[in-house]
Amino acid sequence: MGVSPGRPVNTDFSSPDEAQLAAAICPVNAILAQGKSALVDPGKCVHCLRCRWGIPTPMNWDAGYEWARPSAGNGEGATFPASFSKSLHIMVVDAGDCGACLHEVKQLNNPLYNMHRLGFFFTATPRAADLLLVVGPVSENMRGALQKSWEAMPSTRRVMAVGSCAISGGVFGRSFMCAGGVGSVLPVNFEVPGNPPPPLAILHGLLMATGRKPATKSEPVAEGRS
Amino acid sequence: MGACSSSMEERGRTTLNDVAAAIEGRFGNDISRTPASHGCALTYSLTKPSSLPAVCRSLFWDCGCLLGGIIAEEQPGRWQMHYVFLLLLSGWIDVVLTLPIETTTVPSIVAEVHAADWHEREIEDLFGIRFENHPRLGDFVLHDQIWHEGIDPMRRNFSASPAQLGKQLDLEWQPLLVVGDPGSFAMPVGPVYTGGLGESLHFLLETVGEDVIRAIPRLFYNYRAVEKIAEGRTVPDALLLAERFAATSAFAHSLAFCQAVERIHSVEVSARAALLRVLFCELERLRQHVAAISAICDSTALAVPAAQTSIITEQLLRASGILAGHRYLFGLNVPGGLSRDFKTEECRKLLASADEAERELRVLEKRLRYSSSFLDRLEDVGVVKGANARDLNLVGPIGRASGQHCDLRKACPYSGYERLTFEVPCETEGDGYARLRILFAEAAQSVRLMHQAVDALEPGPVRIPCEGNHPGAALGWAEAPRGATLHWVSIDEKGLVERYHAITPSFNNWLGFFMAAENFAFQDFPIILATWGLSATECDR
Repeated sequence: MGVSPGRPVNTDFSSPDEAQLAAAICPVNAILAQGKSALVDPGKCVHCLRCRWGIPTPMNWDAGYEWARPSAGNGEGATFPASFSKSLHIMVVDAGDCGACLHEVKQLNNPLYNMHRLGFFFTATPRAADLLLVVGPVSENMRGALQKSWEAMPSTRRVMAVGSCAISGGVFGRSFMCAGGVGSVLPVNFEVPGNPPPPLAILHGLLMATGRKPATKSEPVAEGRS
Repeated sequence: MGACSSSMEERGRTTLNDVAAAIEGRFGNDISRTPASHGCALTYSLTKPSSLPAVCRSLFWDCGCLLGGIIAEEQPGRWQMHYVFLLLLSGWIDVVLTLPIETTTVPSIVAEVHAADWHEREIEDLFGIRFENHPRLGDFVLHDQIWHEGIDPMRRNFSASPAQLGKQLDLEWQPLLVVGDPGSFAMPVGPVYTGGLGESLHFLLETVGEDVIRAIPRLFYNYRAVEKIAEGRTVPDALLLAERFAATSAFAHSLAFCQAVERIHSVEVSARAALLRVLFCELERLRQHVAAISAICDSTALAVPAAQTSIITEQLLRASGILAGHRYLFGLNVPGGLSRDFKTEECRKLLASADEAERELRVLEKRLRYSSSFLDRLEDVGVVKGANARDLNLVGPIGRASGQHCDLRKACPYSGYERLTFEVPCETEGDGYARLRILFAEAAQSVRLMHQAVDALEPGPVRIPCEGNHPGAALGWAEAPRGATLHWVSIDEKGLVERYHAITPSFNNWLGFFMAAENFAFQDFPIILATWGLSATECDR
């Protein structure tokens, strides 16, 4: 309990009006009303909980954490070769993060998650890194450092965008100071949606990147309406 | 616990009337008192700009006020600059300087009030107003190797939309070196270091060998122009930004923002909402302090306590997730109260988690106090003397570890803190160990406050309507885990945000960091950083 905050998922309402209400209350246009259904784009959701507590009929809630997915552009066939599956070195870059995603990534090292047991290691140098894990929407002042980190990595490199800001820009969007996501700077292979995604969702992403979890979208765990 | 040279109560004996008499007696011809507004207790309008430094000096040094910050606002046809000071136990004092829009130069107060340094540098970089006689303007928020001087993003006519305007990567750019001794060199650290698990910021360690002479931080790598993109947004949309620019203190910042909006609307939240806000504020402080303690243990390579505290942190995050639906307490604060109500038994479960955390912390503190190898690395490391902490206006646990006995929960109470019983610990040594003791003591006080808040809960609404068109501006404030945060919100007649300015504790304290990082051994650097526990993203916004 409390391991995952959960997230809204596609919901069939009893009337189109309810679906419209859900779409209207979303501040980042992550919910699209289609007839009686409301469809969620998890890469945009900023977890404001307004579609859970702010409308009379709340959206359905997924209490799970298997949220990672291959990226639409460069996700195809990006799974690491088998030789990486028990030893993956990860370099993290904070590209304008608010501190939440970074804090959740750090939690992976605590004894409750202990990612070492799964063969995942943080490394301080891009030369030894296989995976570039980026948090934050890419601020203009960090763009250069992010690019240099990626360029210094060996050619088997993959990029994982962690958090809605890294995927879509989140609440910061695109501006003169924000690239609106890692995708506009580097080729992103994997995405872990969430604002922030809990440590288990990030771990799911790492397992998926090394081919130890299927790279297909997993069915959400239905908790029903709460 | 070392006694502080002057406690809040002692310093709070100066009343608003004393300050008014002193200021009006001395500057009667240059200033005029206007009706107190924006949530301030005393407002002055300055008619003679050249006397600004003297007025500020008088408030900061003679009257013993603290500096809240400087807020610049471009209004149609004029500049308005608010110099905000805090008189302990009495409230905020606002000195307003109104200038025609053509004005390009303002007298700098930095020679009188050193703590104003970064406030003026930020305004110069973002608005293009020059401060006369400021020793160092230029490269600050907008990094000089990317942005040309002359770009003023906070001006009204600057569009926040994506643009390549004036950007040109200057590969030849070099930071300014202070140490010029023969044989000295500068070691750059960051912005990506420790495998990226630290926030993005850059240090220039100036050294002649083993010992580092000074460490100069360069920030704003995470600058996302939150204040600029908030302009023109509705209040609920701007609230998302206030909550998300620094997630480790999201609740305190969103609370300060909401309180500013509530002040504009003249709305007072219900007693129940105020108590629940106290509950979440203290939960956030407890969690953040435990995380800070964990980082200190980690910096000294004390693996077991670092792991133990990281487990407590995770358990508090889970308790937050269970109760509030978000591990970092997003989505709770709304103008007018809270977005939802909580059952008392749910809150009691949270208290059980907090009690368990406190028990574990008490055991841990005792063990750490008897680990001489650990204490050796903290004592006399990164020392900031009380006089320096006063000079540079350090806030929060760092200020309180250096004898700056100030906490907004008592110095300028909000959300009903004046009705609750708690202590504000204070130490005088100003070293790493004093800061660690403050963190432990404050974490215990937070648990005490959480209990009081839940015990005092009475049935009632948690949300009072706070909508409609009420143009105006106001301050909102809160004691965030890292110290005082002050938010200025201005709303136009359409209900859209006109100006938003967040003065954060990390912004305040990074200015003083260099004092703790002078003439130290290189291996102490991570420890000094960890005992300061500052956030780059909270500073950058």
